[in-house]
Amino acid sequence: MKLTKIFMASTALAFAAGAVAAEEMTIVSWGGAYSKSQMKAYHEPYSAKTGVNIINDDSSAEAVSKLRAMNEAGNVTWDVVDVVASDAIRLCDEGLAEEIDFNTQLAPAPDGTSAEDDFGALLVSDCFIPQIVYSTTFGYRTDLVGDTPPTEICDVFDLEAYPGKRSLEKRPIGNMEWALLCDGVAKDEIYEVLETSEGQDRALAKLDTIKDSVIWWSAGADTPQLLADGEVIMGSTFNGRLFSVIEEQNQPVAMLWDAQMFDLDGWIIPAGLSEERKARALDYIYFATDTQRLADQAKFISYGPARASSAPLVSTHAELGIEMAPHMPTDPANAQNTFLYNYEFWADYRDDIDAKFQAWLAK
Amino acid sequence: MGRKVRPIHTNTSDGDIMSDTTDSGPMLAADGTPLKRSLSRALRRQKMRALMLVAPLLIFVLISFIFPIGSMLFRSVENDIVADTLPLTVVELQKWDAESGELPDEALYAAFASDMVKAIAAKEHTKLGTRLNYEQTGLSSLFRKSGRKMKKLDPAEDAPFKEKIIKIDKKWGDVETWRAIKTHSVRITNGYFLNAVDMRRTPEGAQAQPEDKQILITLFQRTLLMSLMITGSCILLGYPVAWILANLPARTANVLMILVLLPFWTSLLVRTSAWKVMLQQQGVINEVLVWLGMVADDSRLALINNQTGTIIAMTHILLPFMILPMYSVMQTIKPHYVRAAKSMGATDWTAFWRVYFPQSVPGIGAGSILVFILAIGYYITPEIVGGTKGVFISNRIAYHISSSLNWGLAAALGTILLAVVLILYWAYDKIVGIDNVKLG
Repeated sequence: MKLTKIFMASTALAFAAGAVAAEEMTIVSWGGAYSKSQMKAYHEPYSAKTGVNIINDDSSAEAVSKLRAMNEAGNVTWDVVDVVASDAIRLCDEGLAEEIDFNTQLAPAPDGTSAEDDFGALLVSDCFIPQIVYSTTFGYRTDLVGDTPPTEICDVFDLEAYPGKRSLEKRPIGNMEWALLCDGVAKDEIYEVLETSEGQDRALAKLDTIKDSVIWWSAGADTPQLLADGEVIMGSTFNGRLFSVIEEQNQPVAMLWDAQMFDLDGWIIPAGLSEERKARALDYIYFATDTQRLADQAKFISYGPARASSAPLVSTHAELGIEMAPHMPTDPANAQNTFLYNYEFWADYRDDIDAKFQAWLAK
Repeated sequence: MGRKVRPIHTNTSDGDIMSDTTDSGPMLAADGTPLKRSLSRALRRQKMRALMLVAPLLIFVLISFIFPIGSMLFRSVENDIVADTLPLTVVELQKWDAESGELPDEALYAAFASDMVKAIAAKEHTKLGTRLNYEQTGLSSLFRKSGRKMKKLDPAEDAPFKEKIIKIDKKWGDVETWRAIKTHSVRITNGYFLNAVDMRRTPEGAQAQPEDKQILITLFQRTLLMSLMITGSCILLGYPVAWILANLPARTANVLMILVLLPFWTSLLVRTSAWKVMLQQQGVINEVLVWLGMVADDSRLALINNQTGTIIAMTHILLPFMILPMYSVMQTIKPHYVRAAKSMGATDWTAFWRVYFPQSVPGIGAGSILVFILAIGYYITPEIVGGTKGVFISNRIAYHISSSLNWGLAAALGTILLAVVLILYWAYDKIVGIDNVKLG
């Protein structure tokens, strides 16, 4: 009798727990200041509005391989995943992400412009809802570069004017383009040149000229640390990281926006969710990518909102109170000379060029 | 279980049972059953009980170790995707002579169109593109782009296909594209293993990768060489420490032991990051050396982002794995032997080298195996402090697992690494003898 009661009670509890779990969703992102900005701008208002409890998982760096493993195991535990655009393209190619109908499943702009037009050219994959525009760009130590601070990308390759170490990312993307640009290739011909074996060798030859002065980084936090320690005089990283070194930590560092490499970060919904979970994920996405929400995120981190209609709404930093617009990679003063990451090219050539790049690094 | 028990009951007329009968009939246990049967039943029950006790561990090892490793080994040769996605095309490709230099005929293009329409509906064509792109650059976007246009084709109505498909993308009119698909259409492939040793599968058989893409053999050699150096420096640094610990009074030894164990209990990442602070050019070590005037300010030592960094940090991290087995072996060495040797006129050095050291070798052996095998698979420390010349093969495996998604190649690299460890273990057993290894 007693046993039956315990059994029934625990079953009831399990059902109750199940019911609670139904009001939960797991959102995967990059962690750190970035996840915090999403929590403030998206998760908290959404939870307040709907009562859905949001669990953060800082696994975006391994999102592609983990989603593939989850899919093979037939048990997808994530509801919404934050990934960079190139990863979204891979996930879409692998059938691991849901395709989105942008016009019906995303909010239109306040003036009625359709989501598709509002995001415009930033919709680079059928599965990917862009959230921010960020850039990989250079920062330099104002006290270690002499009297004439660097103004253009090719100063990175100029060891005579700016002797000292510089940090570059330990992958070919970005570095190859900058090298060719500074080797005299016109900007609109860079990917044509980079398609050929000779072009790749040419880029590596240019990088060879500074190879001994380079510290290669693989985590976004490396360059800010190296700059703060004075280990390098200049280095590339994500612009939001440099913002926090300059404005939040007051280090003697300044931005070199020239030839910054634009990239996108945004959401995907994993394939293989139950109808109920998928509907909730779509509801969240509809809320979190509307014009106001995207503008809100820029209060907490210096990444540009992906919607054209959000840009005028960007205001001041939530804690520092400074104007955020001049710190955005998309600000006209900063965006005089930019690259947009060529997704198509790198989807094809990444493995090939990476093998060459790594072999070159090991030499 | 039932199956194992049953023979006991049915075996009564068996020759085996009869053989232990004597003239006076079988020897009987207290309950009247033949003694032999009673004994074997008791033993069997004991064995079952023992098996039940280890069952959780056995199942755990099976599920979390044997099965994943088995599936990893299989991934390194498995290549179903081409034949599964393009079944009709693969059949047609077998009829096509790849050496002829001529394009395949209409039958193949028709088969390809019907395969692709099905694959596009199932969204399999982009996966195939990713797979083939590992072998030939450009095929990923070819499949993705063509997919958008080919889904409008109707395999029943739109014949002939050859021109239409070549019009969609001229790469379909390139013999090389079809040669690549044909080469990689086998279900069990050696392609990944060839890639893992800087070679590739071609229609003409295995060939070396172009020189500027050869990297993996170098990394294997470097991983082995540096792991040996790390093991060596662990022996040199660990031996005296273990000796002191083993020869001090227990109370002092225990306090010092904490110093050995403390880093052992600290997170790997914290220790590695701490080394970064110590070793960098503006770091603690360089600052002290410059302050002491031993190093000029403009020629600070490069201790990090190279092999030196990896060796220093990994030696520190793996040192406890060397000290602990050495210490427990040295504790069992009785001091009398050395005293006896000295009393018979041996110098300190002779007594140590001829009497003490040989007895401590099993500890060195155990420590070396532990450190070497751990070092060979290290990933995070080389990634953080190794720069470009101090990274290991495992960093490349990680890249293929998480970035390029080329799990087949990652599996092949992992399999080779596993084989290398097993061969070295075998060689060690032959030379030193695994019986001479003691953990305590």
